[in-house]
This record gives sequence, structure tokens and C-alpha cells, in this order.
Amino acid sequence: MNKQWHNYFIYLLAFTSGFSIMGIELLGGRILAPYFGSSVHVWGSIITVFMLALSLGYLFGGRLSLHNPSLKRYGTIFIFAGLCLLPLAYFSTPILELVFDNIEDSRYGSLLASMGLFFIPSIILGMISPYSVRLLVTNEAESGKVAGALYFISTLGSALGTLATSFYFVLWFNVDTIILSYCFVLMILGVCAVLVNKMEASYVAQPQA
Amino acid sequence: MLLNRKLNVLLFAFTAAIFSQTVTAKPVVIKEERSLYQNVFVEDDGDKRCLKFSVKRRTSSQSCMFKSQPKKVVFNYTKFAMSALVFKAKPERVLIIGLGGGTLSNNLLDLYPEIEIDNVEIDPAVVSVAVDYFGFKQTAKVKTHIQDGRIFIKRAQRKKLQYDLIILDAFNGEYIPEHLLTKEFLQESKSLLKDDGILVANTFSSSKLYHHESATYHDVFGDFYSIRKSNNVGNRVLVVGKSLLDQQAIATNAEALKQPLATFGVDLEETFEYITFEPNKVTEYRVLTDQYSPANLL
Repeated sequence: MNKQWHNYFIYLLAFTSGFSIMGIELLGGRILAPYFGSSVHVWGSIITVFMLALSLGYLFGGRLSLHNPSLKRYGTIFIFAGLCLLPLAYFSTPILELVFDNIEDSRYGSLLASMGLFFIPSIILGMISPYSVRLLVTNEAESGKVAGALYFISTLGSALGTLATSFYFVLWFNVDTIILSYCFVLMILGVCAVLVNKMEASYVAQPQA
Repeated sequence: MLLNRKLNVLLFAFTAAIFSQTVTAKPVVIKEERSLYQNVFVEDDGDKRCLKFSVKRRTSSQSCMFKSQPKKVVFNYTKFAMSALVFKAKPERVLIIGLGGGTLSNNLLDLYPEIEIDNVEIDPAVVSVAVDYFGFKQTAKVKTHIQDGRIFIKRAQRKKLQYDLIILDAFNGEYIPEHLLTKEFLQESKSLLKDDGILVANTFSSSKLYHHESATYHDVFGDFYSIRKSNNVGNRVLVVGKSLLDQQAIATNAEALKQPLATFGVDLEETFEYITFEPNKVTEYRVLTDQYSPANLL
């Protein structure tokens, strides 16, 4: 894969992670509504948890990029993100029931339930942006431009993820189906990243072949 | 002299204009409150007072009453909901989701002074307007819970509360709380019904949602009765239960209720023409669930 396609591939992955973060955040409202209603405080809980998790994710992603940054590790983040989203489709009911039975106030109930359901996957998804910047930047002078382009792509993904999920996906599919689709897309892209890394490594190993 | 007469004519025209304006008085908004959920208005139009969630749209009246005869029911759907008492005479414990002006609660209390009612309303502004402008009565046995209907029902389920009558009136015509129109929600509501209890739902009679709604109610309750005017406008009141009364028992209840309901301006004989039995059927329309509930998009 030449340098240009290599970078396009990273942008595609960043776009997809932006898309799925907001898609999942939006479905969060749906998942919590039967237990906590859909008032403004429920959205407050969801947004708080996502913002908190993303902020930590940025921090951790940046730290992680210091040690042997590679497309392989980048892909592994995607695979983990997909895995951590799986419980959302399979175990959200017992988690919600547990919180509902133990916390009367629907503000703290929705906050705690959001924590339990979305905190970890959102942290991992948050790690992707700074790591992408690390993989794309080759010199100091262009670092701002690269970061700008990266934010552009991933936030555009978020905008489209919000729109597509709220306007169309909920009209066509079950909530769990949409979440599982996000899981699989993230994991497949992660595996692709690992494979591309392998391919490039073998190409570099025998350049004269 | 001439000037004087001209002035007189002018004065006459002026008074006439003012007078005619008071006769055909425009509706006046006498109370306006912005809440977390909506803008709540109280509008007086002559003798008629209405609770509205928007003054722009004509169809947005949530609850109306005649100030001179507060007992008289204004809306058809309220009449239909009260007529549904023929399916469950003398309810002792009642749950009402969605307060509006408190008309249904007041009327039930009036009919059965011993009744226990749990009113559930999400918006505190609606409750205070109901009390201040619509004479909504709260007693030791008639309570109001400011809570989301779904949360109240889930909590009630855990407390093992049981009701003779549940009235769902939470849809304001512009926005549907989607989590109150799913199979799981109806199953939870059903679990709060006594064996001979009924659930009465004020729903829609137009749009594609109608079919999805029917499919969902059929899925949980099987056969049901619906009360609606034959033309496809306005509301449709559904009557469902674990088991529904037979014709004979309904007729007996109707005989006993005819007089009391007439005092509210409800003509049972007229309502009976609008009741249809809707047997459970297979449809192509998808049942709404917590997983699939795009009610506002249908």
C-alpha cells in the first residue's frame, strides 16, 4: 500500500469510529428510556458519560501512541472497541434492572446506568483520534494541518452517524441489530488494519523481491 | 351642528365596534407557563376554557371545560373513555397516565366518591395548571405522582400494585413518548391489571401509526374493543383487558351507568354506536417494541 492509500485508510477508520460513537450515543437514549424515561436529565447523563469517557480516551490514546505506534496496535484498538460494545447488545437488560432496582432517583439511575453501559467502549473509541494523528503526522510543520483534517473527518463521521441512525436506522432495524452492526464494522476494520500492517511489514522486509 | 352630528355618528360607530368585539370575543390566553417539556397555556374562549400546549395549532387542546358547567365533558374521547366504564363497572383502584386538566380523575371521583386514583403526570406545570384553572381535586385517595409513566409502572410492578382500571392518555398529538407505545410497556401495564381489570387507551385514528398501534395492542391483549367515530379523524379509544366482559354483562352495566353518565353529558346510547369489536388478526404491520419504536417517524 503506498503512503497515500495508507493515509486514506487511516482516515476511513477515523471516520467510522466517529460515525459509530454518535450512533451509539443516540441509541443510548433508546436503551435507557424504558427505565429512566427520555427527559432532559437522561440525555444529560448520556452526554456527560460520553464526554467524560472521550476525554479520558484522548488522554490514554495519546499516551499509548508514544510506544511503538503501528497500524497493528491501531487495529487492535478497533477490535477492543467492538468487543466492549457487545455487552450493550447482550447484557444491557440485567445492568439496567440492577440499577433501576437499587436507585430510586432517575437522574442518578440514568447516570450510573450510562456509566455501566457506555463508559468503557467510549474510552476506547476516544483513543482512536490521537492515535490516528500520531500515525499520520510525519513532520512538525504539517502536524496542525493533519490534526485539522483528522478532526474534520471524524467529526463529519459523527454528524453523519447521528443523522443516519436517528432518521433511518431506527426506522428500519432493531436497536440491538444496529449496535451489533457497529461492533462488527469496527472489528472488521480493526482486523483489516492488522492485516495491512502485516502486508506492509513483509513488503518492507523484502524490498528487492 | 353638523360637526356635532358627525361626532355623534363617529362615537356611535366607535362604541358599536367595541361592543361587537366583546360579543365575538377572541380567545384570551390567561395563563402561560414554559416547562421543561412544553409550553402550557390556558385559554379562555367565552365560557370554554382549554389547556393547550401550543397556541399556534388549532388541534392542540389537551383538555377543555365549560366554566359554567364544569361537569360537562367537552371532548369526544373523554366521553368515550368514560363510556368504557361499561366494561368495568365500579372500579375501586384506578391509574391514570397523563393528567391533562384532571377531567377524568375529577369525573371518576364524582361518580365513585370512595375511589382511589393514582394520577401520573411528567410535567409539574400541567399539575399546577390543572389545580389552579381546572379545579382538579386531590384528596387522601386521589394522588398525583410527578413522574414518567413508564417509570411509575415499572415501580408499581415491583410493589405488586393492582388496578381495576388503567387509563393511558399520555399522547398530546404532536409528540409521542415512544417508550409508552411498545409491547414491553403494554405487558408491564397488563401485569398491573386485576383479572377483571381493563386498560383504556386514548390513541390515534389516522396515519400509518394506527396500524402499528393496533398490531401492538393485539399482540399483548388479543381481541379488543375500539370506540371511535366512523370517519377517520380524531381519536380512537381502545379498551383492552386480560379478559373482556360478554355482551350480557356489558348491557347490564350500561343500564346502570346510563343515568349517572348523562349528568356528564355522555350519551351512552350514542357511544354504543361507535363501539366495534376488533378480533385479533395477523397483519403485515410491525409490532412496536423497545427495540423498534420509531412511533414519531411513522
